[in-house]
Amino acid sequence: MPDKHQLLLVHFGLLLQRKREEMKKTHIIILVLIAAAIVVLISYTGDLTTYETIASARQKEGKFVNLIAKLDTTQPLEYDAVKNPNYLTFTAIDTLGNSVKVVYHNNKPTDMEKSERLVLKGKMQGDHFECKDILLKCPSKYKDDPKAQQQNQPVVATEPTK
Amino acid sequence: MQYLGEHLFPGQAGHFFAVLSFVASLIATVAYFKASRTELETTKSGWIRMARVAFLVETISVLAMFGILYYIISNHLFEYKYAYNHSDRSLQVEYLLSCFWEGQEGSFMLWSFWHCVLGWVLIWRAKVWEAGVMTVVSFAQFALASMLLGVYVFGVKIGSSPFVLLRNEFDWPILSRPDYLNLIKDGTGLNTLLQNYWMVIHPPILFLGFASTIVPFAYAIAGLMSKKHEWVKPSLPWASFSAAVLGVGIMMGAAWAYESLSFGGYWAWDPVENASLVPWLTLIAGLHTNLIYRNSGYSLRPTYFFYIITFSLILYSTFLTRSGVLGDTSVHAFTDLGMNTQLLLFVLVFFVPALFLYFKQYKAIPSIQKEENTYSREFWMFIGSLVFFLSGMVIIAKTSTPVFNKLFGTNIAPPEDPEYAHNQIQIFVAVIIGFLTAVTQYLKYKDTPKEFFGKKIWIPTIIAVLISLSISFFGEVNYDKKGPGFLFAIHLAIFTAVYAVVANASYIWLGLKGKLKAAGASVAHIGFGMVLVGILISSAKKTVLSWNTTGVTPLRQEDAKERGNPAGNPAENITLFKGVATDMGRYMVTYTKDTINERDRKRYFEITFKAKQGGESFSLYPDVIKNNKGMEGFAANPAAKHYWHKDIFAYITSFQENNSEDTTQFVNRDIKVGDTLFYSNGLIVLNKVSVNPPEQSALYGNGETALFLDIAVLSKDGRRYVATPGIAVNGNSFRPIADTVTAQSLVIQFNKVKDEKKGLLEIGIKESGGITDLITLKVYEFPMINILWLGILIMTAGLIMSIIQRNRQVKNKLKPVS
Repeated sequence: MPDKHQLLLVHFGLLLQRKREEMKKTHIIILVLIAAAIVVLISYTGDLTTYETIASARQKEGKFVNLIAKLDTTQPLEYDAVKNPNYLTFTAIDTLGNSVKVVYHNNKPTDMEKSERLVLKGKMQGDHFECKDILLKCPSKYKDDPKAQQQNQPVVATEPTK
Repeated sequence: MQYLGEHLFPGQAGHFFAVLSFVASLIATVAYFKASRTELETTKSGWIRMARVAFLVETISVLAMFGILYYIISNHLFEYKYAYNHSDRSLQVEYLLSCFWEGQEGSFMLWSFWHCVLGWVLIWRAKVWEAGVMTVVSFAQFALASMLLGVYVFGVKIGSSPFVLLRNEFDWPILSRPDYLNLIKDGTGLNTLLQNYWMVIHPPILFLGFASTIVPFAYAIAGLMSKKHEWVKPSLPWASFSAAVLGVGIMMGAAWAYESLSFGGYWAWDPVENASLVPWLTLIAGLHTNLIYRNSGYSLRPTYFFYIITFSLILYSTFLTRSGVLGDTSVHAFTDLGMNTQLLLFVLVFFVPALFLYFKQYKAIPSIQKEENTYSREFWMFIGSLVFFLSGMVIIAKTSTPVFNKLFGTNIAPPEDPEYAHNQIQIFVAVIIGFLTAVTQYLKYKDTPKEFFGKKIWIPTIIAVLISLSISFFGEVNYDKKGPGFLFAIHLAIFTAVYAVVANASYIWLGLKGKLKAAGASVAHIGFGMVLVGILISSAKKTVLSWNTTGVTPLRQEDAKERGNPAGNPAENITLFKGVATDMGRYMVTYTKDTINERDRKRYFEITFKAKQGGESFSLYPDVIKNNKGMEGFAANPAAKHYWHKDIFAYITSFQENNSEDTTQFVNRDIKVGDTLFYSNGLIVLNKVSVNPPEQSALYGNGETALFLDIAVLSKDGRRYVATPGIAVNGNSFRPIADTVTAQSLVIQFNKVKDEKKGLLEIGIKESGGITDLITLKVYEFPMINILWLGILIMTAGLIMSIIQRNRQVKNKLKPVS
């Protein structure tokens, strides 16, 4: 007498066999394509990067990361289109208070000084962060947000009027 | 408190119509649903009559809201938040409509408006399907109307009304004063990027595309509910219409990005772009399976699925772009209005019941047990649809990483090269789709006689091979940044894309014997193939013309070329000094002047291009517009020179005006003819002195005696400039006539003659930092971009042809021919 498990296995095997006979080539192609799509997505996860703070980015020197920080306005921002229109350097500071010098070989994004948040894409290299791309978060993006709006209220509001 | 000068009536009327449209759409939904569930002819027509009235009320309400909002914006009623936030007094009339779609509320209204229009066409044409289809449309209207309510129910905000007052939304101190309107002089204006003519037409077309996807969806749902499947006939022209409009809408967005935004291209795989592309891909899949079912009886189940998923993806894209979830990954998503839950419900309330109905009815949907023939059109069409669908799934999965982060608290960021991450996959999709587009028309439904296929297919194959080989060998497509594998894939894709164009063009003669009336599908496929060709060539051959190789700026080229420099070599900005011709590859470019246009508040820069070889010369006028909404700086609008085979495309990346006071002093130096002096960046050589030279006669008067120096300035980088400072003497008085070498920021002045016998002169040299206006510019060349735009037009024409063709068939009750 075969035991329960063996029976189940035999049953399952029979089921698979019957399925295989029913399988049309359309089904096989569907399965292959879906498998391909899944493989593509899995391999994509290998390309993904991470959002980091300055401290954690330092630990991953040479690895491509997305640094979330903001412009340190107390430090000088250096950009001179006469000298070199493709060289920008500034200091970024993150919420934990760490700061790092950033070098960006491109033009200065407009409104950089006004931005409240920067997503810096690049690699930590020695003493500085080599930036490949900068994404700005400007307060204007949140103009529908009443809190952000308050900072932008008309100048007249703060002036005493006659 | 009584506030002065407010216009409260429009807002109250707006609120009234918002509530009315909400109620009317609910009534229409219920009445249509009742009508669809009853077989009794008299009861049915009663319900339908009631539903139509409700839908009419709904339509009037939407139109009224539209009109009222337009009135508020165009009359600058800044007591309303919408007008304050999205417009200002200086805005040109043509952009008043753009204010609508800058905010979420206006764009919901636009969507709703298109549903009304489509609804009336359906009421007119859908006959027996009216009740079922309009149940879904009315319900969508109900959902959209809820987005515009702006009421609080048990402390939960439902919708966001465009008719709210400024003073109720913000708590600025001035807003509590009765005369606050006198203090608010102007609105914050329309985002400068949206002040573009594309922004007037792109959103309405795109939203018509969005709205129209509901029709195939509604037919599918009506089919599932009534267990009848004859809807596949009227759904075909609708799906074609939707594919055409959505396709055009998406590509208008691409044209906008290309022509008005400085993204440096027409497509960047931005989440917002992806979110509208993916439903188009699944819609095309659905359109093709729908055709398969009409002609062979296969693929009804996938047709249901694709139409359901298409509309669901439209809703999902709405969620993505409006919930603020894309904040870190997209450059142009809407801002968060705090209605994320409602937006999510909007997706789920359609998706979940639709999927539930689909799986419940799955077994009952007819399908043929016998397998498709490999030599049949339906087999390969189905494979193509599947590839389209899966490619869409891959794109949307990649785009959804921010959602994934939100759900699971991860911090996944896009890859280092997000565009390539898409390109390396989609290029193979293009290869497969291009190939299938080329050959599938040559197969017949059910079974293809082998000799027919063999006899017809070799002509287009040979032509396509020849054309694509000549592109590969002479087209200089050598994009090798991503290695030889990707370059090979590009060439392979160019072949299949050319094959798609040639094979479908030939099919009009070989297969259809030149019957152009029946050639809608072929024409659409030609257009699609051209789109692929245009994308492949223009992207692979996109070149930066403004490589900064001039000596004018001490470039840190060595930095850029350093090994392991993650910045690569993006020295794509070139500095141009006003009036100085600068070497830029094939061209000498000069920034000649700039002017401010009062009407559109833009500053236009005239940049002249002169080819070094051949007499070609042209001017481009890129412009900048000062930012508004509390932002400093400016937004740049590119300008392009269009040739039939390429575009030269330039935009300003920064500009500096010399308005600072010049504080540097002249340094006086002695010099004799033939002497050489140094300045910080090179040499100054005095060639000769001339008295009253005729060349400079304009600079001195009749009674004056003038001495002019002929000075050569040689800069470190080997450039040579001429300076002719002079001195004009009249009796005892004399005046210096200084000359400037702008590119070197050098001013040279002839001070006096020190020793006549020795020929010793004194000149003053001034080197100043900010002596001249300058701009930095990026210039790209996009070859063959016009094939892309032309392809879109042809594809649209093809889809319209097939709509006409189908409608004629429906009228004549003929069996379809293809």
